[in-house]
Amino acid sequence: MTTVAVKPATMAQALTRALRDAMTADPAVHVMGEDVGTLGGVFRVTDGLAAEFGDDRCTDTPLAEAGILGTAVGMAMYGLRPVVEMQFDAFAYPAFEQLVSHVARMHNRTRGAMPLPVTVRVPYGGGIGGVEHHSDSSEAYYMATPGLHVVTPATVADAYGLLRASIASDDPVVFLEPKRLYWSKDSWNPEEPQAVEPIGRAVVRRPGRTATLITYGPSVPVCLEAAEAARAEGWDLEVVDLRSLVPFDDETVAASVRRTGRAVVVHESGGFGGPGGEIAARVTERCFHHLEAPVLRVAGFDVPYPPPMLERHHLPGVDRILDAVGRLQWEAES
Amino acid sequence: MTVMEQRGAYRPTPPPAWQPRTDPVPLLPDERPYRVLGTEAAAEADPALLRRLYAELVRGRRYNVQATALTKQGRLAVYPSSTGQEACEVAAALALQERDWLFPSYRDTLAAVARGVDPVQALTLLRGDWHTGYDPYEHRVAPLSTPLATQLPHAVGLAHAAHLKGDDVVALALVGDGGTSEGDFHEALNFAAVWQAPVVFLVQNNGFAISVPLAKQTAAPSLAHKAVGYGMPGRLVDGNDAVAVHQVLAEALAHARTGGGPTLIEAVTYRIDAHTNADDATRYRGDSEVEAWREHDPIALLEGELTARGIVDEDGIRAVREEAEAMAADLRERMNQDPVLDPMDLFAHVYAEPTPQLREQRDQLRAELDAEAQADADTGAAAGPEGAGR
Ligand SMILES: Cc1ncc(C[n+]2csc(CCOP(=O)(O)OP(=O)(O)O)c2C)c(N)n1
Repeated sequence: MTTVAVKPATMAQALTRALRDAMTADPAVHVMGEDVGTLGGVFRVTDGLAAEFGDDRCTDTPLAEAGILGTAVGMAMYGLRPVVEMQFDAFAYPAFEQLVSHVARMHNRTRGAMPLPVTVRVPYGGGIGGVEHHSDSSEAYYMATPGLHVVTPATVADAYGLLRASIASDDPVVFLEPKRLYWSKDSWNPEEPQAVEPIGRAVVRRPGRTATLITYGPSVPVCLEAAEAARAEGWDLEVVDLRSLVPFDDETVAASVRRTGRAVVVHESGGFGGPGGEIAARVTERCFHHLEAPVLRVAGFDVPYPPPMLERHHLPGVDRILDAVGRLQWEAES
Repeated sequence: MTVMEQRGAYRPTPPPAWQPRTDPVPLLPDERPYRVLGTEAAAEADPALLRRLYAELVRGRRYNVQATALTKQGRLAVYPSSTGQEACEVAAALALQERDWLFPSYRDTLAAVARGVDPVQALTLLRGDWHTGYDPYEHRVAPLSTPLATQLPHAVGLAHAAHLKGDDVVALALVGDGGTSEGDFHEALNFAAVWQAPVVFLVQNNGFAISVPLAKQTAAPSLAHKAVGYGMPGRLVDGNDAVAVHQVLAEALAHARTGGGPTLIEAVTYRIDAHTNADDATRYRGDSEVEAWREHDPIALLEGELTARGIVDEDGIRAVREEAEAMAADLRERMNQDPVLDPMDLFAHVYAEPTPQLREQRDQLRAELDAEAQADADTGAAAGPEGAGR
């Protein structure tokens, strides 16, 4: 992360900048979705793009998610590079068939003759006081679909770098934007040339020695906060930000857990059938002899996403994370 | 008097922002399916086109018969036959220009073949050695689509992209009557009309969606009438009259090509065979209905016209049939060879580059196959074509 802060920028601004730079660099890049034109999207991520590039490059489509993604497939077949915006996590579901049956399979089905460079941007996760259908963590569905990359940034710089990489990828990418981080600020200098981050590499956000918190997207800042708080307990926690759920960076994760010997996976998505189960299994398979305790999970409850006034009970917070860290069989040490 | 009864007489001042939009009347389909064969208009048809259509129809029927036979011999996993619908299949392929795109469904192998796709490659999906067996860019034929109506938005998107690029390219999308009930049908037609995309939708109304008749599928006056709700013209055509289908398609394609936007065409036809070889059609329809449609056979209709007008004679017909037999013999012979399978292909094309996880799984399968081959070699058994696992 850069240390020279010209003026802090938000994640939403970095995403806008990434779209703009991608559209400038490649005339094949087309942005499409509901309200992305004149309005600039409900989260303003496409702000100014229609004015700058015209309605044909940043298109207000009819209100139909399967139609948006389905037509994007045809556009990609003809050599365009569509970037589709789904308005909210739960409103991407009508497009599910197109995603699973075509977007994810076309490259494989045609033995690589017909790649589909489609990026599907999905604002996801809770913590913004959204009413029903506005806070889902839908990543497990996408992870379970071979053929898709699943990417999610947690920092302003990554929002830029990972979105550029996703649009440049010849494979389809589901790009999950943590809603509650849209307005998070960082010392990110939009005037400087920005790094494009490779897809599929996790990073250690905070080095530590005694246990690893494995997390991604909206839970990264929560884990960093938990790691600070853990110092009071004498725990020096490492925080790994996965950045990409598919492909999964086994190497970085396993290297961290081998160093620390303990691990907790943290995410908003429900625990049962959620990403944490897969991650815990992968860590156990690779690090069994280094583990001092079972890999634990701190996840959202296995309930339909709660109403706004109850969501704070659902979201993994610092206390729940520290409780889990406390259950990592420290007594064996003493 | 109810409000319905006083329609017309009852004309309050419209709300402030209200403006009349598209005039629906020119969009309405004909009352009866359009016919050329057996009418005076047939005399105007180009003899060369008639000969071409005829040869393709005969070939097409032979292809359907051969492919169905291949299912019985275990050479195809399944075949959804288009016997009885060849006029639609063939006209679809012939009405397109070289640079145009065809978006077929699983029943439209024939249209793909008539457009130039290799007959064996077109059957890869149904033989099961891979999914799409041909390069879609070679003949501009999208993969045969199994999930109903999902290919329609693709056709719209491709046509839209071509239009944006200023290319003179039109897309033709095929769908069945059952498929018109799907949400993707609605979304595709709506996008196409809003964008004025150069795309044509051809519905082959063959009477059934597997076992379900059209009456249980829709209460619309006709499927072609659905066009009006989207603001595009609807056309109703006799789907067994190859000349009529070709003409209506050619007009719609030309309309799209010159900026007129999309058209929805309903071709009224009949699925003579069961849904697939695995289906038993006697459970839901009677022989008399099938017999009535056999009397309205697309090949016989066209052959009648050709012989009456002296465009082909006995020798000509024999030559066409012999050519179709040769095609069938070639197909049979090529399909009787075992396809070459490479299990490593499972991992090769999931992504442009396999993920680390897929590389691990590929190595695992390779090790399993090597061990199998070794065990076979140890017991003196010859490794099968799949056993080598190279
Ligand atoms: C989305 C979806 N639902 C169900 C099916 C299973 N299915 C395959 S063919 C078929 C009937 C389709 O009928 P129609 O659209 O009239 O086409 P036809 O088979 O008569 O050519 C059904 C239900 C499917 N392929 N896709």
